[in-house]
Amino acid sequence: MVAEKDVWNYLEEVFDPEVPVLTVLDLGIVQKVKVVGSSIHVVITPTYTGCPAMQRIEEDIIEKLNEKGDFEVSVDLVLSPAWTTDWISEEGKRKLKEYGIAPPEDEADKSVLFAEQTVVPCPNCDEKDTKMISHFGSTACKAHYQCNSCLEPFDYFKCLR
Amino acid sequence: MNSLFEYLLRLGDDSLIIGHRLSEWCGHGPILEEDIAMTNLSLDFIGQATSIYKYAGEVEDKGRSADDLAFLRFDREYKNLILLEQPNGDFGMTMMKQFLFDSYRKPLFERLIHSSDDMIAAIAAKSLKETKYHLKHSSEWIIRLGDGTEESRNRVQDSLDTLWRYTSELFFEDSVDEELKSSGIVPSMDGIKKDWSSYVGEILNRATLTIPINNWEQEGGRKGMHSEHLGYILTELQYMQRAYPGMEW
Repeated sequence: MVAEKDVWNYLEEVFDPEVPVLTVLDLGIVQKVKVVGSSIHVVITPTYTGCPAMQRIEEDIIEKLNEKGDFEVSVDLVLSPAWTTDWISEEGKRKLKEYGIAPPEDEADKSVLFAEQTVVPCPNCDEKDTKMISHFGSTACKAHYQCNSCLEPFDYFKCLR
Repeated sequence: MNSLFEYLLRLGDDSLIIGHRLSEWCGHGPILEEDIAMTNLSLDFIGQATSIYKYAGEVEDKGRSADDLAFLRFDREYKNLILLEQPNGDFGMTMMKQFLFDSYRKPLFERLIHSSDDMIAAIAAKSLKETKYHLKHSSEWIIRLGDGTEESRNRVQDSLDTLWRYTSELFFEDSVDEELKSSGIVPSMDGIKKDWSSYVGEILNRATLTIPINNWEQEGGRKGMHSEHLGYILTELQYMQRAYPGMEW
């Protein structure tokens, strides 16, 4: 029988297909791991309800755990408690920045229009003078920004709370 | 009739139909950023519909999957708001439709997170976070277009005049709601309508737009009575499953 601790370690080797520097643990989407005999049950929560990567992540988890041993693996998707970007680990945020994606910043209440602009430092030159190009970026979880200093366009992993 | 199942269809069909309409913009957005934005929104809505239909299938307990409910019903069995099936028109029309709907979805989900039904509460909590982004996006466009050039103002004012008649249906309530309200599953529409009216009024005011005088309120979607547009949507939406029954990716 495999220890739950080992399963958590194996999950360190499962990466997000969209942001391949992050593991599923960095993302904070693994809710629970349960081992009974030779069967492993993993519970994950989606980042966004329509995130097309979820099915792939499920399959990757099953594939990775099957590589590690002769297990019966099942993966369940639960919506509650709802995922928030606060669950991305510090390590995950560091990796995001290194990869060129600005990690989520504390954001003010979304009800304030225009007035509120979150300061998102440029992941390339750390300059705080950046502008939002679009709320919606290359995937559901990202917004599109540009640095006014180095002019580099970049993705911002939006704050979700 | 199973009231919970019926309510879930209303909620899920709203998400599916507006999600489908937004997907029609794919490759046709006025600028690249908006093309991406609208398909992102579409993805959120179709994701919501998937969760809601999955649960609806379990509640109904006749073995229907989320896909069965999305693809294998006839027009009269869809319970979405008539507002949402209206054609996209120009970008201003699409954003106006989106704004009127997002302004309703936010206060609705804010209340559904307290539902006595755990699954509905979970879906609402998840969807609320996305809805806040949607509403911010559509509100900003309404202000920008309304308080923009003469051309953009005229166009969104026309859109508002065209769509306003469908907004009373947002707050439609019947015996389905009454039954679920008594068990604390769904909230009363009174508070939602109040929140909606005050927010919509505030934004339209900032956008220098005028709320039209309503002399006709078009309802029927919640009972399966639709405008002619739904049939065309379903023809496209259901094509693959109708042509190749049981087909999977």
